This record gives sequence, structure tokens and C-alpha cells, in this order.
Amino acid sequence: MRHLLVLPFLLLATPVAAQSTTAAELLAKYTAEAGTEASAERGQALFLASHSGGKSDTPSCTTCHGTDPRAMGQARTGKPIAPLAPAVNPERFTDLKFVEKWFGRNCTSVLGRACTAAEKADLVAWLSSL
Amino acid sequence: MTRTPIVAIAAMLFAGAVTADEMEYMPPVTHAATLEECSACHLAYPAGFLPPRSWTAIMATLDDHFGENAGLDAQTRAAIEAYLVANAGRDRSTGSAVVLRISDLPWFRHEHEEEVSRRAFEKAKSWANCSACHEAAEQGNFDDD
Repeated sequence: MRHLLVLPFLLLATPVAAQSTTAAELLAKYTAEAGTEASAERGQALFLASHSGGKSDTPSCTTCHGTDPRAMGQARTGKPIAPLAPAVNPERFTDLKFVEKWFGRNCTSVLGRACTAAEKADLVAWLSSL
Repeated sequence: MTRTPIVAIAAMLFAGAVTADEMEYMPPVTHAATLEECSACHLAYPAGFLPPRSWTAIMATLDDHFGENAGLDAQTRAAIEAYLVANAGRDRSTGSAVVLRISDLPWFRHEHEEEVSRRAFEKAKSWANCSACHEAAEQGNFDDD
């Protein structure tokens, strides 16, 4: 019986097909939204800095992702996080919905606010330059 | 004198006392969205490990999910909550407080606190990391070793 009850929700929750994208497309999109050129240097600085506006357990991107985006990170739970740099992890920046979900969550956790399009452009520029 | 065991048994029943053996296997998550979203940062904990009201409370506070934002779109959030509640475990708590962490449950503490060495815990990093010691946790097997 339980299984029958769950069935409608299973159908509801069928994952939508991944929206295919690339780092270059994302960079172009965020740059256009920002109206300014992206800067890999600014992206690096934002990623490595300690911030005070967000949640106390996650003051920096590096809290979970580590300081080298080509290496594995580790969530506070102990679970490994795959590298962010697309050069070593080709799955990165291939799904717009996924990218937006995690920018949305993690900018709120670390900065206490959404990232601007300019900040997203800077981060994508830096991570895809590595 | 003779009342003592009866009182003790009654207390155990009301407390929903649970032996650890019962928890060595718990059916793993089968719902696609729950599996995908809840396994991003930790094992997708089997729904049976928490009672319905715990899952409801957890799914209502994803903006601050144990110190992180784990927000979801409304449709996915609702579908996951419905799955977790429909497959939740029995409510064994005695008070009105809602347990949010499986690791706060009495049976969990009893099972882990004396058995897990400091070294093993440091390797796992957190009680959230079942798979660090329970190699088949993703299959629902939480056997001792």
C-alpha cells in the first residue's frame, strides 16, 4: 500500500532533463547580465576570501571546496565534493539548473545574499581558466 | 517491589524502546528526487530513521539546514517531503521536542558513543558520514562492521 501512495509523487518528481550548457556559454550569459567584463582575478579573490555576511559554519567557498578547485573538497558532513575546475571535472558547468541551484544555495550560505551576475561571471572565468 | 519490572516494561513501551538490531537494516531511499537531492552532501538517509514530524520540520527549514542553505524549488521540496513522510519511521519520542538529527536519537547514541573510537570519528568527520564505517550504508545495511 505504501508503495501505491508514493507512486504519484514519484511521477511528480521525475527529474527534468539536464539543461546542457558549457563554461563558455555560462560566462557569456553572466557577463551579458552583468554588463561588465568578467575577471578571473576577482573570481579567485572572492572564492578564497573569508566573508562575514553568511552562516557562521561556512565563512568561505573554501570551507567545503578547499583552496584548490582542481582538488577534491569535503562537505562538513565528511562527504567528498568533486573538483570545481572543469579541466579536471568535465561535468562542471554543463547543467544550467544545477549551477544556478548551487550558486543560489552557496552564495546565501557564504555571503548571506545571492551572488550578482558579475560575481558569477568572475567565478566561472576563474574556475574555467585553471 | 514487584511493581518495579512492570513499571520498567511500561516505561520501555511508552518510550518506544528500540533495540539497535532493528536499525541494522533500513530500506534505502528509492525515490529519484530524494535520492538525488538528499545525497548531494550526505548519504540519502533512509526515511525510516526519523518519524513523520521530523521530516516535516526538516523540509520546512531547508534555508538553514544544519548551518547551510539547502533550498529547493517548491515542487521538488513538496515531492521529497511527501516521500519521506509516507515512508517515515514510528514516532518513538516521549516529549514534544522534534528530533532533527538521527544522531540525537537514543538508540543511535547508545550504539555509537562507546563503540566508535576517537580515531574512527575523526576519520569520518561527522556522525552524518555513515559510509565512513558502514560500507554498505547506501544499500541500507548499517551492520556493525
